[in-house]
Amino acid sequence: MLHQTIVAHGYQKSSLLEILHRAQELYGYLDSDLLSYVAENLNLPPSHVYGVAAFYNFFRLRKPGEHVVTSCLGTACYVKGAEEIISAIEREFKLERGKSTADGRLSLFITRCIGACAMAPAVVIDDEVIGKATKEAVIQRIKQLLEGNKPETS
Amino acid sequence: MIHLAETELDAQRSYKYRINVCCSSGCLPFGALKVLKAFEDAVKEFGVQKECKVARTGCIGTCSVGPAVLVEPGDYLYQNVTPEKARLIIRDHVVLGLPVKDMLYGTESYFRKQHRLVMRNAGKIDPYRIEDYIAAGGYSALVKCLMKLSPKEVIDELYVSGLRGRGGAGFPTWQKWNFVARAHRMPKYIIANLDEGDPGVFANRTLAEADPHAILEGMLIAAYATGAEKGYIYIRAEYPLAVETLKKAIEKARAMNLLGEKILEMPFNFDVELRLGAGAFVAGEETAILASVEGKRAMPRPRPPYPAASGLWGNPTLIQNVETLANVPQIVSHGGLWFSKIGVPNCTGTKCFSLTGKVKNPGLIEVPMGITLREVIYDIGGGVAGDRAFKAVLVGGPSGGCLPDTMLDLPIDYESLTKAGAIMGSGGIVVIDDNSCMVDTAKFFVDFCVDESCGKCTPCRVGLRKVQETYKRIMRGEGRAEDLDFLRKLCSYIKEASLCGLGQTAPNPVLTTLRYFGKEYQEHIFEKKCTANKCFRHDGEARNI
Repeated sequence: MLHQTIVAHGYQKSSLLEILHRAQELYGYLDSDLLSYVAENLNLPPSHVYGVAAFYNFFRLRKPGEHVVTSCLGTACYVKGAEEIISAIEREFKLERGKSTADGRLSLFITRCIGACAMAPAVVIDDEVIGKATKEAVIQRIKQLLEGNKPETS
Repeated sequence: MIHLAETELDAQRSYKYRINVCCSSGCLPFGALKVLKAFEDAVKEFGVQKECKVARTGCIGTCSVGPAVLVEPGDYLYQNVTPEKARLIIRDHVVLGLPVKDMLYGTESYFRKQHRLVMRNAGKIDPYRIEDYIAAGGYSALVKCLMKLSPKEVIDELYVSGLRGRGGAGFPTWQKWNFVARAHRMPKYIIANLDEGDPGVFANRTLAEADPHAILEGMLIAAYATGAEKGYIYIRAEYPLAVETLKKAIEKARAMNLLGEKILEMPFNFDVELRLGAGAFVAGEETAILASVEGKRAMPRPRPPYPAASGLWGNPTLIQNVETLANVPQIVSHGGLWFSKIGVPNCTGTKCFSLTGKVKNPGLIEVPMGITLREVIYDIGGGVAGDRAFKAVLVGGPSGGCLPDTMLDLPIDYESLTKAGAIMGSGGIVVIDDNSCMVDTAKFFVDFCVDESCGKCTPCRVGLRKVQETYKRIMRGEGRAEDLDFLRKLCSYIKEASLCGLGQTAPNPVLTTLRYFGKEYQEHIFEKKCTANKCFRHDGEARNI
C-alpha cells in the first residue's frame, strides 16, 4: 500500500513528508522498520528520515494506546484552564502527557491548537470533540470509554 | 464563464430564502452536519424546496454560538441551532415569514465595526461549489488580468493599494512580487503559506474552509504577475477540513481549465499542489517553509539570499500568506486606489483576527486596519466574559506581546503594535482576565517557544531554555532580586542574535509582561505571592513546575 504512494511520487526525495503522512495514516504510527523501509526506497540515509520524522510533532514514533485523549493546550484553552483538566486526567488515570497507561488502553497527548478556540477549552477523545470542557465531564467520558460504553454524543 | 455566473445567479434568485449552515471546523464538532440534514428534511417536509435553498457554507464568524445558521435575505443569524430548532426555523421563518426571535444572535454590535473584505464570501457561499464563487464575482479579476492588464500593471496596482504581507511582518507585497518578476531563473514558484502554527489563531484555516477559490485566484494572479508556473499551498495537517476543501477546489478549478495549461485559452500555465505540514511552528518562517516543501526538517537558513532570488531548489520563489493572496482579486477588480482608502495610510485594508480567551463573543472577525484594541474587545467582543476584570490582551500569538488596559486605545497597525512590544503576527487576540497570573502566562509562551525552537541557532535553543529555568525558579518561590535584570538582558540578546523570526520574537511576551506587569514579578520574587493563585501551589492542581 505504502509502496503505491512512493511510486506515485516518483521516488522523489522531496516527497518524504507526504510519504510519512501516508504511512502514519495506514499504520497509525511510524516504527523504525517503517522508517528504514521509506529510507531505502527514497535512497535517503535512515538518519535523515528519522530526523525528519522526529522533528515534526505530528508524526508518532510510538504506538498509541487503544483510546486516545488529545487535549488542546493552545493559548485560548490555556487561559480557560486546560492545564487543570490535563493534570486531572494525569492523576486520575495515572499516566503522563505524551505517554500511555501501563496497560496500553489510554494515551494522553497534548496538541498546540485544534482551532476550536471559541469553544475553549477543547479536548478530543478518540474522534469526539468536547468543547467548553470541564475536568469532571472529560474524566467521566474517558471512564465510560474504558468501560466499553460508547458515550452519548451531545 | 459569464454565462455560468448568470445561470447560477438566476438559479439563486429563484429562491426566496437561502439558509446558510456553517459547517466549518468551529461548528462541525457540535453537530453542524446533523443540523444541515435537519434543514434539508424540514424543507421537504413543509414542501418549500422551490422557495428555500439550504447551503453548506464556511464560517459565519460567531464560533462561540455554533452551530450557527444565517438566513438570507435580512441576514438573520441563529445561534446554537439543533435539529429540532432547524425544523422550527423552517416552519416559522420560511413558511410563516416570522423570524424566531428568541433564537437569534444579537448581531448588531458584533458586525457593525467589522469590514468584511477577505471574508466577504465566508458563510455566504458553498465552498465546495466553484459556481457559487463565480456567481459572487469570482475569477473575474483573473480574467481582467489576462485580458486587459500586463504583469507590470498588476504589480503597479498592488503598489497603489499599499497591501502589505498579512503573515505578520508586513512587507510590502508589490515589492516581493517585483523581485520575483525581475528574477531571470526559471522555473519560478509560489508558496501560499497556510501553516498557521500559532495556538489560538484560526483565521487562515477559516478562510480556506469558507472561500478556497479566493486563495487560488490570488495565486493565479500572482503567477501571472511574476511568471511562476508552479504553486504549492503549504497547509497544516491538523486542518483536515481545510485540506479537503482546498483539494476539491483545486480539482474543480482544473476541470474548468482555471488551473493547468493554457488557462482560459490564453498562453498562461499554472498548477497548484498541496503540501501538508506536520506540526512545526517554525515551518511558517519563510526559509523554513522552503526546507519543509523540499521534504526536509523545517529549519530556517540565513538570508540573503532571499527566497525571491533563491528559494525552492534554488529558484526564485514568492512566499505569501493566504490572507494576503485573498486580498489580491479584490484589489484587481476594484483598483488599488479603492483599497488604499480602507484602513489607515501606510497600513491599508483589513485584517482577520481570531478573537478568543475571556471575551463574551469570541469568534473570527475582520476589521479595518487602525481600529483600536478597545473597539475590538469591547464593541465587537462584548467585553470580558463573566464578572471578572480585564487584565491583559495578547496580540500576535505566542511570540506577540501582552498589553495592559492603558494600551487599549492603541490602533491596530504594524508600526504601533511593534512599538508597544507586540506584533501583528498572524492575527490572534486573546483576552486575559484577572484569573490569570502574568508570570505564569509568560512562562506558558516561553514553554511553547522552547518546544518549537528548531535547535539550529544557539541564542534561541539555549537562551530560551535559560529563560524557562528562571521562570520555574521564580514560580517555585526561589526567585532572586537579580532575576528581573537577567531576564531583560538575556531576552534582548535572544532578540538580537537569533537567526529567524521565532527567536527574534519569542522574548516578546517576557519583555512586555516585565514592562507592563512588573509589579506581579516583584510580588512573586519578594513576597512569594501570586494574586491569581496559580504559582507556589502544592495541592496538585497547579501545573508541573
